[in-house]
This record gives sequence, structure tokens and C-alpha cells, in this order.
Amino acid sequence: MSLYDQIGGDAAVNAAVDIFYRKVLRDDRISRFFTGVDMERQAAKQKAFLTMAFGGPNNYSGLDMRRGHAHLVAQGLNDSHFDAVVENLGATLKELNVPDSLIAQVAAIAETTRNDVLGK
Amino acid sequence: MTAIRYQDRTYDCAPGETVLDCLTAGGVTVPSSCRAGVCQSCLMRAEEGEVPAAAQAGLKPTLAAQGYFLACSCRPQTPLTVALPDAERLRMAAEVVSIEPLNADIVAVKLKPSQQLAYRAGQFIRLYKDDDQSRCYSLASVPELDDHLEIHVRAVPGGQVSGWVHRELRAGDAVEIADSSGLCFYVDDRPQQPLLLLGTGSGLAPLYGILRDALNQGHRGPVWLYHGSTTPQGLYRTRELAALAERHPHFHYVRCVSEGEVPEGFRPGTPLDAALADHPVLDGWRVFLCGHPELVRKGRMEAFLAGASMADIHADPFVPSGGGLAAAA
Repeated sequence: MSLYDQIGGDAAVNAAVDIFYRKVLRDDRISRFFTGVDMERQAAKQKAFLTMAFGGPNNYSGLDMRRGHAHLVAQGLNDSHFDAVVENLGATLKELNVPDSLIAQVAAIAETTRNDVLGK
Repeated sequence: MTAIRYQDRTYDCAPGETVLDCLTAGGVTVPSSCRAGVCQSCLMRAEEGEVPAAAQAGLKPTLAAQGYFLACSCRPQTPLTVALPDAERLRMAAEVVSIEPLNADIVAVKLKPSQQLAYRAGQFIRLYKDDDQSRCYSLASVPELDDHLEIHVRAVPGGQVSGWVHRELRAGDAVEIADSSGLCFYVDDRPQQPLLLLGTGSGLAPLYGILRDALNQGHRGPVWLYHGSTTPQGLYRTRELAALAERHPHFHYVRCVSEGEVPEGFRPGTPLDAALADHPVLDGWRVFLCGHPELVRKGRMEAFLAGASMADIHADPFVPSGGGLAAAA
């Protein structure tokens, strides 16, 4: 059984996206990167990100990640902000009673995007 | 092979092939990104035919109800006629049935379209002054309750279309409109859910329609309407709304005034302030936001942070005619 199926597939993504996005918007460390954007479009992007991090179907490329975050890197996006997002992701899954072993796997997948997101 | 019709051409869709792959292979440009039913970039609309349920998974009920689907997840079993969501909408003639003042700045225009128009209260139509000038107006009418289409037009200072409506348009005139669209309307999938309707000025139009649509469809959960303006005179349909509240004990009508003296029976501040004071926790609520663009933007954020699910927050997608903050106040 894949990680994606163990977590609960599309239903888990749908359950997680509101919780995750709300945590991010409430987090003073990173909320400024999310204000002033179209919330619905942003939620769809969060959903795509969560699907990818949960090991689900996606065709995200490193180039997409670089392009999509370049304007935020220019605004000062750095490792501390990336860490905060991963922290919120973990807290979201904990709230949904996902076992720690699976949360660690999700965090590891998210980690693979760090250099592309931060344009390193 | 299953036939897919798109812009008067037919494309053969192989068994198991998606509409996205089929059209793309046929040279049609369909926006797409994740190809996994997630990002919703490849949103299309079925004008004829049955869409498999899997192609609507994760879509808002308002989208699914109108035949929208995701081309990357759609493996059709039966023929489909499809369109991109922003395709030019059908224009049609309509007759002006009546024009009545609602307050000093806003008139209700009733229209009789030349063809049957399938719409939901809260969607909008485009009203053409001429080929160059047109504006979108939300529908306050409910197809099951009202004989005619009804829109509320505020006289925007210097507004080309609204000025024409207020000064020149008369009952009996012939105009052109474009078919209804928009996703801000009521769907009866969860009749117990609490509803929050929040708007300013002529943003009442869609809310007035959505409210009566929900009550008519037997919505049982509490329904709260907060309508605001800078002055008490800016509010309208107050008697009709008070009567509805009398007839439906689960409907609550709150009038808000944001400037100057606030008479008895009115709440001070914006409708968003009043609503959040009354309902600080919006877990499980469905929220409709219409009117002042800044109120809509702020309301979307505040309602979400107060617990409403993103999929349950609906708003007018366009800035009212004339743009600017004053236009919608």
C-alpha cells in the first residue's frame, strides 16, 4: 500500500487542506507570503502541494517549484520559512491523527523540494 | 470510440482516454497543469451529455451542478459536447418589463428574455448598452418564484451603463443580455447547514435571490442576512426582508449602518463586523459575500479563519461596474 493510500488518499488531502491553509495564514512567521493572493487559487495550489507531499499523483517538476516561488525568494523567503511550513504540515497531520511514522515520510518528501522552492 | 464535440468539431476519444488527452491530441489548447484532478486548471463544462462522477470529484457543488468537470479526469462513456469555461456566452434579446426605484441610487430592472434562460439566483448576466459597453449584474430573481429576471443597478457617478439604465432605459425597451454565469448560488445538498449572507449596497441583489431560493427549497438550518450601507437610506427591501423573517423563524435579518448616527433597530459598523461579533465561530457554515470588493476580500479571509471551509465560501467574482470602492459602497 502506497503512502498516499495509507494516509487516506484524496479524502485526506481534502480534510487537510483547510486545516493546513488556516495554520499557515495564522502563522506570523510566514503569513505575509500568503496575504494579498487569490484565496481560492491559493487553496487549489495547497491541495496540489499536499497531494505531492502525501506521495500522491502529481507531475510537479523542480523547474515549476523554482518558477512558482522565485517572487517569494525575492521577498526574502528562506530556510526558516520553509521549516515553518513543514512544521505546519506536521501539525496538520497530527490533528488528523496520522501516525508519526507516516508524518515523517511526508516531511521527507516535502524536504526534497527545499532547494527548488528556495531557488538554491 | 466516444465522440467529443468541441466548437463544432468532433474528436474521437479512445476507451480509457481522457477528454484532456483527446482534445490535446486533436490540436485543441486546453489549459492544464497537474493532470491528476487536483489543480483544476483544466476545468471545462459539458453542454450536452453525461459526465462521469470521477470527473467532478473535488469540485464545488455549484460547479458540478452546472456540468463543470475536470478534463484530465474525464473518461467519457457516452458522447459529450464540451466548452471551455470562458467561452463567449450566448447573447440574446430581452424586453425591459419594469424599472422601479429601490432607494435614491438603486433601481430594480425586470427583464423578460426572448429565450428560456436556465439560471440560479445569485448568478449574473451581462447587460449590453451597445456593442462596446456592457456590465455584469447579479440576479435577485428566483426562477421558481419570479416571472422575470431582476437585477439591481446602482447609479455609479460617471457610469456609462448604469447612467444609461437610470436616465434612458424605459419599460418596453428592447435590450441585449448574455447568458447567466457565476458560482455564487445556493445548492440544496446540506439543508441543515447554517448560512451566512453578507453584503453591502446593491450587493443585496444576489443575496436576496439566494435567500429566497434557499427558503423556497426548504433550507432548514439557520439563515442570517447582514446587509450594510453607510446610511439607513442606503438599505432597501427592508420591509420585504422583515416580512420574510416573520414568516420564517429560522431566518434572521440584520441591518447595519457604518457611518453617522445609527438609529434604533440598526447595528453600527460593517456587516462583517456585526456578523463576526454574533458568530465568532463559523465551523460548518456556508458563507455568501457580495458587494464592496474590500468587504468581500476581507470577509473571505475572516470567514475562513473563523472556521468556514474554503469550499463553503462563495463570493461575487467580479468588481461591480465602474470599479473603485465608491462604486460598491
